[in-house]
Amino acid sequence: MSRDTLTGSRIRERRLIAGIRQADLARNVGISASYLNLIEHNRRRIGGKLLNAIAEALGVEPSMLSEGAEAALIAALREAAADAVSVSAETDRVDEFAGRFPGWAEVLAQAQRRIASLERTVVTLSDRLTHDPHLAASLHEVLSTAAAIRSTAAILAEPGELEAQWRDRFHRNLNQDAERLAESSKALVGYLDQTEQSEDPRGVPQEEVEAFVAAHGHHFPAIEAGGEVPGDLLDDLGRGASREIGRMVLETYAADAQAMPIEAVAAALDHHGLEPVALSRDLGVELPAVFRRLAGLPEDLLPGEAGLVICDASGSILFRKPVTGFAMPRHGESCPLWPVFTALTRPMTPIRRRVAQLGRSRAEFDCLAIAWPRSLPDFDCDPVYRSTMLILPVPSDRVGQEDALQVGSSCRVCPSPSCAARREPSILSEGF
Amino acid sequence: MNRRVLLIEDEPNIAEAIRFLLSRDGWQVGLHADGTDAIDQIRAERPDLVILDVMLPGRSGMDILRDLRAMEDMQDLPVLMLTARGQLRDRDMAERAGVSRFMTKPFSNAEVLTAVRDLHAQAGRA
Repeated sequence: MSRDTLTGSRIRERRLIAGIRQADLARNVGISASYLNLIEHNRRRIGGKLLNAIAEALGVEPSMLSEGAEAALIAALREAAADAVSVSAETDRVDEFAGRFPGWAEVLAQAQRRIASLERTVVTLSDRLTHDPHLAASLHEVLSTAAAIRSTAAILAEPGELEAQWRDRFHRNLNQDAERLAESSKALVGYLDQTEQSEDPRGVPQEEVEAFVAAHGHHFPAIEAGGEVPGDLLDDLGRGASREIGRMVLETYAADAQAMPIEAVAAALDHHGLEPVALSRDLGVELPAVFRRLAGLPEDLLPGEAGLVICDASGSILFRKPVTGFAMPRHGESCPLWPVFTALTRPMTPIRRRVAQLGRSRAEFDCLAIAWPRSLPDFDCDPVYRSTMLILPVPSDRVGQEDALQVGSSCRVCPSPSCAARREPSILSEGF
Repeated sequence: MNRRVLLIEDEPNIAEAIRFLLSRDGWQVGLHADGTDAIDQIRAERPDLVILDVMLPGRSGMDILRDLRAMEDMQDLPVLMLTARGQLRDRDMAERAGVSRFMTKPFSNAEVLTAVRDLHAQAGRA
């Protein structure tokens, strides 16, 4: 049953909430109780003056009765149905459910939003516990010291006399470990505080560079203006590996900006729209450079967000620009079904896939990927490829129009029960 | 009969507490704190049982255990693994590597003693 045919159900629901008898409402708006009964059971269509009169009598906006629950509520209910394991919800009657039981529908929708939020937290924490070397080392230190204290304290607490030599030694150990525990706990709390406050915890050079580029909005007017990387731009990255990686990223940015000046890109976008192949031909540059350039443009030049993933031939992610709704693990391996990896199996062949991430939302993305050699061809020399993927969110009014490839974020947090690419069990499975 | 245990643990205060407990229980306890030459030490001491930490300097306890189990004369040596890494995946990994008993830190003294006695008794019956 479509949404606009459920006006009667909503009138009935609102009337009952308001505690008005059917006969009283009918009299109030000048119709018979039996006619109102037919309306309330969706057996008579209603609109115009009568709808306005009933809405006024019930103290609600007419649209509340004619349009019913908000689209967001319906969307959340559909997501809940899509995520349900081994249960088939009557999705063709979702409007009826939301219209007849708005309170319960909102409860279910809120629960769905909460689950999505908790899953994101689980993903982040699991990711950190598994792959964050600093956190793992800190926890190991705390647990080891706790083990020493527990064991030593238990010996000292045993009844009976302990030889003085052993007793003194254990007292000394206990004192040392207590101090050590205090220090390591303080350091751990400090680390967690720092990473909780920061969206981008520092520590790994690649992450530092990604945080640095994100802090500049992925766009560097100073490079656009001069065509070169200003010497002081990298000062925020210190002197180690982060600076070197940052320098390579910005030199690539500078080369792309020189090959595709921003005015030329803007004109080409006006002419072709967001069509990377047409842009590549028009601007005379290779597709990977177009992908990178699009991901580094100011927001007002594009119709929406543009994410980017670059990996090398081993599948290691070298650079990420996140896009809302597309989960990318901070550490460790990503989903092997991402088109950026598929492209490595067919070098120099553009690959376009519409994808949706399992168990997250109904959001879809157009992923455009290509693997391109890093070196010029030469005899007796295997080319080294890098794969680049541009991620463009599909506008909500076009979601569901094409078959979408179901992918995950990483195996650990992917709910897919059967996947040929699975590397390890999911922590979201029933065993978790 | 002298029962010998080799404790491979780089936390000196944990090692000291366990050594005290086991010595009092009649065990002859050898201590070793480095992963690199742990297998040489096991070969040299020929203990009845090994207590093995996972995160050791030089070499992981997990790798040491895998190498041990690949040696014909070490396949039945009881190995009690102690670790602060107590996730299910660590336990699975240890079991696949051939651990006899897996215990997470912080442990109780009674648990360690019971595990050591049980493993030794099981090895004696085998």
